[in-house]
Amino acid sequence: MAGPGIAAYLILSVLLFATGAFGVLIRRSPLIILLALEIMLNAGNLALIAFARHAGNGAGQIFALTVMVVAAAEAVVGLGLIVAVSRQRVALDVDKLNSLRG
Amino acid sequence: MNVLVWMVWVVAACSLLSSGIAVVLFSNPFFSALALIVNLASLAVLYLLLSAEFVAAAQVLVYAGAVVVMFLFVIAYLGGRADAPWAGGPTTQSLAAIGAAGAIAVEVVIVVALKAGGRLAGAAEIPAAYGSPANIGRLFLGPHLLAFEVTSIVLLVAAIGGVILGTAVSRESRG
Repeated sequence: MAGPGIAAYLILSVLLFATGAFGVLIRRSPLIILLALEIMLNAGNLALIAFARHAGNGAGQIFALTVMVVAAAEAVVGLGLIVAVSRQRVALDVDKLNSLRG
Repeated sequence: MNVLVWMVWVVAACSLLSSGIAVVLFSNPFFSALALIVNLASLAVLYLLLSAEFVAAAQVLVYAGAVVVMFLFVIAYLGGRADAPWAGGPTTQSLAAIGAAGAIAVEVVIVVALKAGGRLAGAAEIPAAYGSPANIGRLFLGPHLLAFEVTSIVLLVAAIGGVILGTAVSRESRG
């Protein structure tokens, strides 16, 4: 492969995943937690594509596309939950959202 | 040629990491969602460098075209309140979050190096049609047909769930 090898892509993917995990841990707004979750899923996708290219096998790309679909479904359900919570006049703060029957 | 590929890679990697950090650190959710678009675009460039052309196109279409637009609609609907988790100096929680994120990174690097360190050199030769839509379609409708069909069920369930979450609450608040 001309250019960077798989190790460079894997290190990039790990750093991106750690950034997303940091965001999920530190933020209190559920919207930004969902955005950080998307970053973590994308970091996993980058590792999958890098391994697929390394092995010369297309299955990793299929896996990455499936992860993309799951991420889209997760965003739909997560945003639906956030909108439903906000209609109940509950503060959008994950430290205060600690009971199911608001 | 090789130097050019490295230059594109370094620019895309720097833009990927800095926009990822921007998504996490912006206190306004609207700016975070906009930074996510930059993040997804630089990821698409990396996918192109890995000769996964169809995945790069799908990434831009599905994420930047659909998911981020949905995020922006919801943020606009809720009125994007800013929250600044680091206002008032570092707390125990933020220090613990930095420690946990660093521990995840170190852990993954160690596990990959131990388990696959010897096999990371020398990428396989790939045909020119490796990442083309034709090849992806052949894989999806051939050996990975089950994943393709299950994907449609996942999307259907998510769509129904979104509709139920949207309507059930409004009926309750009306009556």
